[in-house]
Amino acid sequence: MELIFEKSIPGRRGFQIPVCDVNVQGDIPPRYKRTHDNELPEVSEVDVVRHFTRLSQMNFSVDTNFYPLGSCTMKYNPKFTEVLAKNPQFADLHPLLPQLRNGEKLTQGALQVLYEVEQILCEIAGMDQFTMQPLAGAHGELTGVMMMAAYHRDKGNKKKYIIVPDAAHGTNPATAAIAGYATIAIPPDENGLLDITKLKEKLNDEVAGVMMTNPDTLGIFNSHIDEIAGLVHRVDGLMYYDGANLNAILGRCRPGDIGFDIMHINTHKTFTTPHGGGGPGAGPVGVKKKLVKFLPISRVEKRSDGTFYLNYDYPDSIGYVASLYGNFALILRAYAYILLLGKEGLLETSNHAVLNANYVMHRLKNHYLLHYDRTCMHECVFSATQQAERGVHAIDIAKFLIDRGMHPPTVYFPLTVKEAIMIEPTETESKQTLDQFIELLIEADQLSKTQPDIFKDLPKTTPVARPDEVKAATDLNTNFFVNTAKLTRPQKNSSASITHHV
Amino acid sequence: MNPYIANTKIEVDEMLQCIGVKTIDDLFLDIKPNQRPKSFNIPPGESEQEVVAYINRLANKNRSDLILFIGGGYYDHYIPAAVGSLISRGEFYTAYTPYQPECSQGTLQALYEFQSAICTLTEMEVANASLYDGGTALYEAVMMAIRITGRRRIIMDGGVSPIYRTILKSYTSNLDIEFQETPVVHGQSDRQQITKLLNENTAAVILQNPNFFGAIDDHTDIIEQAHKFGILVIESVYPISLGLLKTPGEMGADIVTGEGQSLGLPLNFGGPYLGFMTTRKKFIRKMPGRIVGQTVDIHGRRSFVNTLQAREQHIRREKATSNICTNVSLCAIQACIYMSLLGKQGLKRLAQLNLDKAEYAKQVLSHVKGVEIKRSSPTFNEFTAYLSKDANAVVEAMINRGFAAGFPLGRYYKGMEQYMIVAVTEKRTKEEIDRFAESLEEVLKEM
Repeated sequence: MELIFEKSIPGRRGFQIPVCDVNVQGDIPPRYKRTHDNELPEVSEVDVVRHFTRLSQMNFSVDTNFYPLGSCTMKYNPKFTEVLAKNPQFADLHPLLPQLRNGEKLTQGALQVLYEVEQILCEIAGMDQFTMQPLAGAHGELTGVMMMAAYHRDKGNKKKYIIVPDAAHGTNPATAAIAGYATIAIPPDENGLLDITKLKEKLNDEVAGVMMTNPDTLGIFNSHIDEIAGLVHRVDGLMYYDGANLNAILGRCRPGDIGFDIMHINTHKTFTTPHGGGGPGAGPVGVKKKLVKFLPISRVEKRSDGTFYLNYDYPDSIGYVASLYGNFALILRAYAYILLLGKEGLLETSNHAVLNANYVMHRLKNHYLLHYDRTCMHECVFSATQQAERGVHAIDIAKFLIDRGMHPPTVYFPLTVKEAIMIEPTETESKQTLDQFIELLIEADQLSKTQPDIFKDLPKTTPVARPDEVKAATDLNTNFFVNTAKLTRPQKNSSASITHHV
Repeated sequence: MNPYIANTKIEVDEMLQCIGVKTIDDLFLDIKPNQRPKSFNIPPGESEQEVVAYINRLANKNRSDLILFIGGGYYDHYIPAAVGSLISRGEFYTAYTPYQPECSQGTLQALYEFQSAICTLTEMEVANASLYDGGTALYEAVMMAIRITGRRRIIMDGGVSPIYRTILKSYTSNLDIEFQETPVVHGQSDRQQITKLLNENTAAVILQNPNFFGAIDDHTDIIEQAHKFGILVIESVYPISLGLLKTPGEMGADIVTGEGQSLGLPLNFGGPYLGFMTTRKKFIRKMPGRIVGQTVDIHGRRSFVNTLQAREQHIRREKATSNICTNVSLCAIQACIYMSLLGKQGLKRLAQLNLDKAEYAKQVLSHVKGVEIKRSSPTFNEFTAYLSKDANAVVEAMINRGFAAGFPLGRYYKGMEQYMIVAVTEKRTKEEIDRFAESLEEVLKEM
């Protein structure tokens, strides 16, 4: 499809700038002015509307398609939270108002949202306090690991390593590294869970903490979590809980009760703030008492008279992790969703998420290899190795599903499972939708036996077929205005032919 | 049952039977009794109608009626209705990260267009598909400069947003990175100080234009000096100002970041916002964040994909250029729609209108007794005002008259308790500016 820049006609305009109502023509010395005009498109409003409407129609989305992406929790996003977040009394609120003297009076409603959502998240997660500042899950991880570092500095601990299971989300080791730690990877045991023997071998006084999820990336709840936490705490390490899989255990188990000291929540997973095609998200971080003094500032607190204010007076705080108070409009959506669900609704969420995943697992396990044939939590991981032997790989099955109008599961993740197909149906999907999905996957398996060659040309029903990802990485073109091709160092190890989901 | 769960009891029973268990509880046996919640005191659920009423009651406690002359990096610009309308399409906002390109061309092409638009605004060669916000984008730029140069010393101009500077210090406290701050002289970068600090151990110089005081500058000379030592220069910019101002690309900057809130995003009490980053093409492989590239499909049709993914955490894990995963795609698309509506001439005119109104406000305010407008350097749409009284008190008093009068500088700059920065966007009418000046005069008189 044409780019918006290619639709540009000189002189056309898409928005009328008001006529200047002051009799001053501002001028600045030429040396401070740009020499060349910008090259934004010159298009009419209807050009813009049709262009972006058409683009939107080239997407799959939760509103239009089943989206069983493992570890992503692509549940339905309620509409009422969108309406609430667009209320101008929130949307037009300037973030620096509460930083004025007595300015918190101007934003009591917003501060109350931040305060109340913290209370409710603490109760859901079993933590003592939360910060809403982190702007995404990975940002929450970084906040958590920075607090880990502050804790160890404060205690005079000399720590160098963070232990991360092999199956972990890539952000875990990346976060540890960016926060200044070396990582130690632990492979899974024969049950697919963190290998406790290996963990014991690696644990020593230099280990700052362990980052893991529970249920883990294979969708299995690790019942040995108490033992793991005990071992880690014995060397004064901290347990970090990656909230990616929290949807599975709402009301059934709380990270704070099973040994975790720090955790983040992906509101865009568990609490259904829309993914937005890759953000914005929000990554609130919760901690146990011993870490509270390191939480980022500002903290939202309540006075005895019932008013709310921002407290910056935490000398041990790690400081600001974001410019302001977090992605407020998303925190607000998450809060409204939690209020609507309430206690029963949260339990229904985990119940149905786990039921749906087990149903899919049971119906597919005679067709796809299931390494760990046991009850799963909110997601299940198959391996397409049998199909791959017939020349049909996980990525081909993914493209088959796209061709048939369903978003594929996560493929090639976790990295510990060959030809992984990771399915997370979420609680919002009906049995009928799951059945359609299951039938399609069974059909894909059948076709892998009878017509394995048809997969390579799929998908055919989408606006484009499989893109040449190697060309994208070697003849780089990332900006319409500059030919960015012919970079000096073409990538040898292009991973582009494999699609990873996390 | 809450309205987001589809299955009825009949279907639940069928599914349980298929699985071979009697109750849903049987699926949770891996969670041992001692691992169950110690408490779970969550209030009962409510209907949508009740939740809406409650949240709207909270909304009413906010003073969003104030006339905003406060900026400080976050600006009250008008957002054309088409922006909100288009971005509210479920196909955009309920989509996932475009890892499967065939069913994500809408998001991918829009992000490619965003990258191109940000590049033409900043006159740089390559952009990523967004970072969280302006402050964290600056942190990512610092880490990028450290990766490129292998050096760990950073020179930071005092005109860089104090909020951003606080973030940088938070992030780097566990890393061995040295920061040198230089003061602001007559509103602009202290060239003497910066030049004195340049050396072969320095990774980057961080500058901001317009700076936190609103002053505009041409950093070409500083950048030339820095380059002699192999130092990279990072410019933090305000995108609307680039409709008029000399671009970081023309000045020779190496990495450009900024807060994209002004490009069609509501103020939202602090987020979500839009961090952006552009750089030179030779640094693209060191850049953090997703990058969308154009390619062709197997039939030769134009297609878009996430490219150079080997930099990213899901492939490179602990060796990744950043830990960022979710960014702010939707905000980037929103900004792209906004920039498309404004277009080449619109952005220029909008920038000029901001400048005109701010200049008018300066004129009017300079006649107010007890207000002095510093004119040592030119400004764009925000400027520093010196008050005869404590700025905190003045701003507080102005609230009662319906104005958020500005941001007092004393909060972040010692010795500047009588200064505030005042922002004037296209939304401020002549009448509002006049009333603002009158009210300020009255307030100063009464104090």
